[in-house]
Amino acid sequence: MLPEATHHAHHPALAHHFDSLGQQKEAATLGMWVFLGTEVLFFGGMFLAYAIYRAWYPAAFAVASHELDITLGTINTVVLITSSLTMALAVHAAQLGQRKLVLWFLVATMVLGAVFLGIKSVEYYHKFEEHHVPGPGFQFEPEYFRHAQLFFSLYFIMTGLHALHMVIGLGIMLVMFWWTWRGSITADYYNPIEISGLYWHFVDIVWIFLFPLLYLIGRHGV
Amino acid sequence: MATVILPPRHYLNDGYGIASWLFTRDHKRIALLYLAGVTFFFFVGGAFAVLIRLELATPAGDLVSDETYNKLFTMHGVMMVFFFLIPAIPAVLGNFLVPIMIGAKDLAFPKLNLASWYIYMLGAAFTTYAIVTGGLDTGWTFYTPFSTMSSTTKVIPAALGIFVTGFSSILTGLNFIVTIHRMRAPGMTWFRMPLFMWSTYATSLIMVLGTPVIAITILLVAAERVFHFGFFDPTRGGDPILFQHLFWFYSHPAVYIMVLPAMGVISELVAAFCRKQVFGYTFVAFASLGIAVLGFLVWGHHMFVAGQSVYAALVFSILSFLVAIPSAVKVFNWTATMYKGSISWETPMLYAIGFIGLFTIGGLTGLFLASVGLDVHVTDTYFIVAHFHYIMVGGTIMGYLGGLHYWWPKISGRLYNEALAKFSALVIFIGFNLTFFPQFILGYLGMPRRYHAYPPEFQVLNVLSSAGASILGVGYLIPMVYLMWSLRYGRLAGSNPWGAVGLEWTTTSPPPTENFAETPVVTWDAYDYGAPVEGHVA
Repeated sequence: MLPEATHHAHHPALAHHFDSLGQQKEAATLGMWVFLGTEVLFFGGMFLAYAIYRAWYPAAFAVASHELDITLGTINTVVLITSSLTMALAVHAAQLGQRKLVLWFLVATMVLGAVFLGIKSVEYYHKFEEHHVPGPGFQFEPEYFRHAQLFFSLYFIMTGLHALHMVIGLGIMLVMFWWTWRGSITADYYNPIEISGLYWHFVDIVWIFLFPLLYLIGRHGV
Repeated sequence: MATVILPPRHYLNDGYGIASWLFTRDHKRIALLYLAGVTFFFFVGGAFAVLIRLELATPAGDLVSDETYNKLFTMHGVMMVFFFLIPAIPAVLGNFLVPIMIGAKDLAFPKLNLASWYIYMLGAAFTTYAIVTGGLDTGWTFYTPFSTMSSTTKVIPAALGIFVTGFSSILTGLNFIVTIHRMRAPGMTWFRMPLFMWSTYATSLIMVLGTPVIAITILLVAAERVFHFGFFDPTRGGDPILFQHLFWFYSHPAVYIMVLPAMGVISELVAAFCRKQVFGYTFVAFASLGIAVLGFLVWGHHMFVAGQSVYAALVFSILSFLVAIPSAVKVFNWTATMYKGSISWETPMLYAIGFIGLFTIGGLTGLFLASVGLDVHVTDTYFIVAHFHYIMVGGTIMGYLGGLHYWWPKISGRLYNEALAKFSALVIFIGFNLTFFPQFILGYLGMPRRYHAYPPEFQVLNVLSSAGASILGVGYLIPMVYLMWSLRYGRLAGSNPWGAVGLEWTTTSPPPTENFAETPVVTWDAYDYGAPVEGHVA
């Protein structure tokens, strides 16, 4: 019925409303970039609140920051950057159509992501034990009691939403693993891996900003 | 003229039954799903307005308690802004028209498009839950610390509903941006696109850049209310004004989410019913982008009395004046298009004229409010209420109804009763002005907004306003009746009942599921009324 259904054999991944795989790829890639733009604005609201309160209460922020576990934070930063490397290698392998290698790199990315979340939960647990969760149970030295709560409110919401993005990322990686496993990802159709990689890198970059802003405040002065 | 017949195969008969609608990926069917949704919530929001105007018919607070009144205006605002005005034109008319106007088969992401409707309905469900289980009294603005620390009403489910619905807005905007960039038919260059596409594109930019900010803001309010985190809590050094900055960073541009698409509709209507190329096409196109950009820089004019620095207020005041420039460019260009045009007075054109007049009044009174001194005088009075209703009701709803009437034959394949439609357009225009013009005077005389009682000397103007609201309500019900009626009994429209140009009029009414039998190749400019192109005229 559709006239264009007759002119050439379609790639199985080509959706009916696109003219070519190239157009479909460009649309998906642009879509992901626009989505990441919305994410910048989403996190931007929190970075704005952070910037204002840190400028207003620098001493309290420095003191509260020292309560964070810099060793675990640093390990997590390394873990996450490594996961970005394995993600990039997965995309590269997908471009070359090396299915097995893609699967291995996706597994590595997921394992590293899970390690990050594991370490993050250990940190959260410590904060909970130390009564550093804002709210009625919050305990801190009296001088900084009020403003340190602002710091920890920001710490939990920023790292919490970052962690949520990691969880979603792990879900996406599982789907990518499944698609690659069943053979849908090929050298001429690897775009899903590529744009999932964009998302993964974005989430990593958010952490690259969070780590110094939350963990390293005023380190040089101590 | 040959006998008009329905095309044998079109999107409405491509599958029957509830599943063929609920699982559709067709942008045209999704547009109709949205149409059902926004119409329903329009009448829910309207019901609250009825109660508000009934209460205000007498000076004493006698119909409802002050607390109930707080809930009424809050729920009116929440329903109308988030569940009607913001999605109305983009999600209904935009969804239907974006692919057709640029010669594509569908939006770039049809599944995401369907998902956005479900997300919208899920958000609406949360907010409806908040309403039926006791309501919300924070005002649609959710100002802290009242919303985080004091209000005992259903802030969380209502806020959650708005948070969720925001994602439908983001996904719709994202879909439009990618579609307009990547799916245009051969020859459909940017500057051959209808102006409705430009305004939809500009609107989409605001949707994807602004909505995430309100999302995070609502999340921070929720975290403060539920987990006792302290982002805006002054007792912990937090700043409630920061909430206002974040809120208006989205909610002022949101005004342009509401009115920009209506402006796009008006450009289409004016060209079609004056049989002329829109005067200064490029200026109108860039004015849309200009409004989108400037719209992000003026939020502070909502906060002139909120403890903002004087210098910030001055800058926001000047920037707010600048928005008037692209807005006026549009008004002048529509007027110039009408000048010496071959104007025909069909219903959509009546709405277009109504829009131009009412938007001009709404826009000029906006300049009053952009001036710091005058704004301080009328802040939180009915002057503000009148001003934004002139933009949102006089602007957005006029544009929406005008567009709905103009494209209804395309959507349904049938014509409505023109005499009845003209009559109701007139009723709406009269009812609207009678409702809201007295509110300018009330506000200027000092009647504050958001009170359920007022001094007796304001009664005459309030009674006029309430009377106008009844007329307006009737005006909105009449189209419901004749449009529904036309679905079954209306005369068949044929592919181009208005003799208009534009790709949407080259395909059948209703269009086939894939929009065009063959992908069109565009060799003409938009609104090419002067030189008919072969195969392009009905």
